Amino acid sequence: CAVGILDVDLCGPSIPRMLCVKKTEVHQCDAGWVPVYADPKQQLAIMSIGFLLEDSNEAVIWRGPKKTALIGQFVSDVAWGELDVLLVDTPPGTSDEHLSVLENLRKHRVDGAVLVTTPQAVSTGDVRREITFCKKTALKILGIVENMSGFVCPHCSECSNIFSKGGGEELAKLTGSVFLGSVPLDPHLTATLEEGQDFLQAFPESSTYTAISQIVNTLLSSLDA
Amino acid sequence: MFIVIAPVSVYGKCACFERWRTFPNDAPEHCPGTSSDQAGKSSACQGCPNQNICASGAAKAPDPAIEEIRQKLTSVKHKILVLSGKGGVGKSTFSAHLSHALASDDSKEVALLDVDICGPSIPKIMGLEGEQVHQSGSGWSPVYVEDNLAVMSIGFLLSSPDDAVIWRGPKKNGMIKQFLRDVDWGEVDYLIVDTPPGTSDEHLSIVQYLSGAGIDGAAIITTPQEVSLQDVRKEIRFCKKVKIPVIGVIENMSGFVCPKCKNTSQIFPPTTGGAQRMCEELNLPLLGRVPLDPRIGRSCDEGRSFLTEVPDSPAAVAYQNIVQSKSSKPQQASLKQTCLTQIRDYCSSHSTPDDPC
Repeated sequence: CAVGILDVDLCGPSIPRMLCVKKTEVHQCDAGWVPVYADPKQQLAIMSIGFLLEDSNEAVIWRGPKKTALIGQFVSDVAWGELDVLLVDTPPGTSDEHLSVLENLRKHRVDGAVLVTTPQAVSTGDVRREITFCKKTALKILGIVENMSGFVCPHCSECSNIFSKGGGEELAKLTGSVFLGSVPLDPHLTATLEEGQDFLQAFPESSTYTAISQIVNTLLSSLDA
Repeated sequence: MFIVIAPVSVYGKCACFERWRTFPNDAPEHCPGTSSDQAGKSSACQGCPNQNICASGAAKAPDPAIEEIRQKLTSVKHKILVLSGKGGVGKSTFSAHLSHALASDDSKEVALLDVDICGPSIPKIMGLEGEQVHQSGSGWSPVYVEDNLAVMSIGFLLSSPDDAVIWRGPKKNGMIKQFLRDVDWGEVDYLIVDTPPGTSDEHLSIVQYLSGAGIDGAAIITTPQEVSLQDVRKEIRFCKKVKIPVIGVIENMSGFVCPKCKNTSQIFPPTTGGAQRMCEELNLPLLGRVPLDPRIGRSCDEGRSFLTEVPDSPAAVAYQNIVQSKSSKPQQASLKQTCLTQIRDYCSSHSTPDDPC
């Protein structure tokens, strides 16, 4: 499966670090900008402003029109090649980045959006607005994921609902959306993301792996349908 | 087979700071900004209703709202921004509870302004969902949680919890201008401004519109992970570029103590030394570390202050230590802070140019 990830969180681009792609330059070819590949087989292509900054600590202090322009270039000028799936990671909100990426992707088929929430009402409250955004922009909602859903203590196996529980599932019911599943808080997951390791390869036996796999399978089934 | 032509450089130096660069509400997509030398003259300006104004140079004049806001906010003694690089690190939770803690002193007047236009969480966290804003002769009246704690948020202007604010930058900027210019805050000791994550329109507008009134400083929230710190370093650079002092950094979600076995788990591990090492490297104060506590989220969802709900919890103690003047209480053994500055102390020692004290 050839996958592309387009990181349009211009002010806080985290994808390069999470996928362990060290500072690298983006080059041009006849077909456009060459994405950066996370793997030797070139199955996972990435584009992020993180690759375009000379200093990784430098702030991208841009107003909307400039962000809109770069996102337009990311969509139209990157030579992704043949991809099975293009994922677009967005910042929080319903503003320039979201409008821009949708406008630029309209000429291509957009399958839909996956909405991620934590279980708390404060988080689901914002996702309700995101759902409205999807409806107003005719963007299909592929489903809702409840992240940070419970924590099992590695010492005594006690489960603590640090950020509450069930809010994502309730939101899906309330809004008639598909509930894709829950992902628990897992220090192994956060540590592998920090170090750019592949969690799914490092911890295939964990319940978090099972949870993520189920979500992915449900999502892929809905895309094939 | 690719033919490499050249490395791509986006806009030259990518992170150019657009000080005073403003865009009208009806700006075209590639608007150079009203303060640019190309204002009114670039190809993107063709057909823009503001082209003649920009070309004449009239648009480069400072926004008169800056002086209006300066005058309006002469009754506000201290203005603190709460920033983060990443979303979901607990910025709004901190802003709300900072406001509660400051307002626990009945002699102080506190105001909380929510400029997260797309994701206004403050009304829920403060227990003010469903409240409306009223207008009087002296402007918009904020909503009062306590007699001495006022709140303003776009959340109060939306008629439904499902309403989405699908605005581009210029419209968000206009809303922020109105919040600062048209809200009748009255006499206020502390104005806390809760921001969305990032370094974009909302942040530039707050800095621009408060450039006359002055900002005391910024408190920056992070979690211990490098993925969060990476964005905090950008936020700190932003503060330096716009000349906002950084009061300090707060490390949120800093460890979790299991209620059953009392062992501590680092759910968000400080793989690169957490906020402490970053603060040491950047010579910034680490104001405190707040542990994860399920009661925090529950209080926020129920619109109550967990500082009053569970005042003896380690998280509540950490918050109070961040806010209050230095106390003789011994720090928790697990906290190895090398430098602490508390927010009240900072404000007491910091005076803006017009402050008669």
